[in-house]
Amino acid sequence: MAYSFPEEVLEHVFSFLSSDQDRNSVSLVCKSWYEIERWCRRRIFVGNCYAVSPSLMIRRFPEVRSVELKGKPHFADFNLVPEGWGAYVHPWIVAMSRSYPWLEEIRLKRMVITDESLELISKSFKNFKVLVLSSCDGFTTDGLASIAANCRNIRELDLGESEVEDLSGHWLSHFPDSCTSLVSLNIACLASEISFLALERLVARSPNLRTLRINRAVPLEKLPNLLRHASQLIEFGTGAYSADVRSDVFSNLTEAFSGCKQLKGLSGFWDVVPAYLPAIYPVCSRLTSLNLSYATSQNPDLGKLISQCHNLQRLWVLDYIEDIGLEELAANCKDLQELRVFPSDPFAPEPNATLTEQGLVAVSDGCPKLQSVLYFCRQMTNAALVTIARNRPNMIRFRLCIIEPRSPDYLTLGPLDTGFGAIVENCKELRRLSLSGLLTDRVFEYIGTHAKKLEMLSIAFAGDSDLGLHHVLSGCESLRKLEIRDCPFGDKALLANAAKLETMRSLWMSSCSVSFGACKLLAQKIPRLNVEVIDERGPPDTRPESCPVEKLYIYRTVAGPRFDTPGFVWRMDEDTAVRLS
Amino acid sequence: MEGYSRNEEKKLELRLGPPNGDWSREKDEALFPFGYNISTNNGSQVQQQKFSSFLQLQTTPQKQSVMAQESLQTAGCIKAVNDAEKKAFSPATKTGPVSHSAQKRTAPAPVVGWPPIRSFRKNIASSSSSLKPVTASQNVVPNKSDANKKPMEICQKGLFVKINMDGIPIGRKVDLKAYDSYDKLSSAVDELFRGLLAAQSDQSGGGKEKKEEGEKAITGLLDGSGEYTLVYEDNEGDRMLVGDVPWHMFVSTVKRLRVLKSSDLSTLTRGNKLT
Repeated sequence: MAYSFPEEVLEHVFSFLSSDQDRNSVSLVCKSWYEIERWCRRRIFVGNCYAVSPSLMIRRFPEVRSVELKGKPHFADFNLVPEGWGAYVHPWIVAMSRSYPWLEEIRLKRMVITDESLELISKSFKNFKVLVLSSCDGFTTDGLASIAANCRNIRELDLGESEVEDLSGHWLSHFPDSCTSLVSLNIACLASEISFLALERLVARSPNLRTLRINRAVPLEKLPNLLRHASQLIEFGTGAYSADVRSDVFSNLTEAFSGCKQLKGLSGFWDVVPAYLPAIYPVCSRLTSLNLSYATSQNPDLGKLISQCHNLQRLWVLDYIEDIGLEELAANCKDLQELRVFPSDPFAPEPNATLTEQGLVAVSDGCPKLQSVLYFCRQMTNAALVTIARNRPNMIRFRLCIIEPRSPDYLTLGPLDTGFGAIVENCKELRRLSLSGLLTDRVFEYIGTHAKKLEMLSIAFAGDSDLGLHHVLSGCESLRKLEIRDCPFGDKALLANAAKLETMRSLWMSSCSVSFGACKLLAQKIPRLNVEVIDERGPPDTRPESCPVEKLYIYRTVAGPRFDTPGFVWRMDEDTAVRLS
Repeated sequence: MEGYSRNEEKKLELRLGPPNGDWSREKDEALFPFGYNISTNNGSQVQQQKFSSFLQLQTTPQKQSVMAQESLQTAGCIKAVNDAEKKAFSPATKTGPVSHSAQKRTAPAPVVGWPPIRSFRKNIASSSSSLKPVTASQNVVPNKSDANKKPMEICQKGLFVKINMDGIPIGRKVDLKAYDSYDKLSSAVDELFRGLLAAQSDQSGGGKEKKEEGEKAITGLLDGSGEYTLVYEDNEGDRMLVGDVPWHMFVSTVKRLRVLKSSDLSTLTRGNKLT
């Protein structure tokens, strides 16, 4: 087949395949397609930076322009991964700086990037355009200064939710006057004050700026001026949304928002003073995305605001929205696709808002396009979950966190197995699921039986025995990421499904019942798995083999063992080598 | 070794049931697991559950004295969760071979990383100070006065500093915004490291049962009377004793905390920079 077409033709055809999966399939067709495909692949996504090495990537794909890498396990977000664990991007940057002079885009998630790496990026890639750092750390504003100073064509600088050491707010003034290419700038995560003058000038000379998210240190009084320079904005993140209530400030702000005719997304709103919320009323009907998850305003202000956003597709909000506000949402926002409700005070012993299962039921009933939910609440029932499942069989992501671990159905006091069972049974396209509440092994049987498209599953404080894990591993065909904490799952289920692990990206288990002996066995049996034990009590081999490990992270790799493990991480390969000799 | 690995191979090759045959034999039961057990178990589990959360609500605010009796788990973690970002590790969650015995079920004490919220989302309510426990009727007037004192509180986001302790391999972070006095910081440090320290000294013993006896309070952190002393590195890179300057001054200059063995500090005098 292949030889009947000139390579250029096939290359052109392949260029229309935007999904990584399709590209991967193409490269499996035959040797010549593999060759052609690898030379024309421009974008690479690596879901685990330890699953492949920079040199392997470069050898196979010599002409890459855009690289996306992910590092630490997801549970790192919740402090379950000790600092210093790894996911250092520097070796990647060094290798790419030698081989990819035309690299334009780097996107990193949960990786450690140093100022040195940032400087190397800024100096190595002549046509560098996009730097996205989501939940990264290890760098300071000095590193950002080198990006600003040297990347002349930078289009996007997005610091996501990174932890940046703030040395100086002056890094922004390092953007040269000739830099007019910015399309997206997100510095919302920075803690300290930035040089507002530099920001204002930068915004003013960026005619293509579409997304701007500033940080909490920029006061509300500054917003009108900023917005006047950027009336073309599509997404805007405010800073602190508070000031003394003054009518001139208010009307200034209202006017500035009204001037932004393209505005579709708003976020920020730290320290919100509700009196200033009506300033955004003029743009509400245009909004498709609203992030109020830092805004501690309450009803009726909150409900009133949201009920004006008829075209909302995505809403992030605190539990202050309460059931009442969610009912208004359900009645007014028929296009809603994604809802996230965060707890305002997760550690309070008592609920501080009237947010129950009822709110979610109302939204599932009123919003036919709802397909993605993250919902923190303090009570749930099977009946509510069943209703939600029947209302929204189109659900793709369903993450429910009932704050108190192992909370039963508060009406029947039974486990929530049937409720979650209904979710997996009805939502055939479900890809992501997080469980909470009182759950027995039965729920995992439902999941294994029905959740055939599930790709990521998070489990905490659930299950009775190995059987639970066994159902999941043996039943969920599409599972790629599994993260488990505080569940009585152990060796049997893991070893029985060892081969399954090779088809997955990663498995995290902490405070479960997997023994050190089983970890070693697993590593020995399946060499393409890296089995890493994290134990702060010291070397695991000083304890009996049957002793459960604290934390276990398993992932497949073609790169072999990693060599940057810190003292508290034990790679099973090194250990077994010693043991067997 | 041959025999060993063949044996293990057998364990691994089964895909429909766990190894050693025990599940495959019981497969029918396995598919309908615990049909009977569930109903009976649950009753008692639920009761346990209710009982324990009830218990917990009572003990949490009072802390310490009651907690001390609880497992390492409970004691070590309460504060960790209350206060903020603590990097990882939960001696708490370490329940060893978890069985689903009633005993294990009874302690749903707050644990590290639960509920699963990013650190910058913690305490949104308290940090923005506009909302105390909500009484829905009054609608956020406090914000106004809040806005007035803004300059002082501009960065309410939380002030995380790293803290390391001699003998503990991994650093933690504490949110200084969560405390308002040296005493509270000191007890936070105690709760943060006490369990870890016990676990460290315990590790060779290997037994969990030893944990409780191994665990003793870390006291005298501030006046040099204890085994450990709390010091910090300020924004000029100088090492200072914690407690020497007014709290707010400390908070505005501290960069890093360290818990040192007091014996290593013997040459230092209070009130001076440590060198």
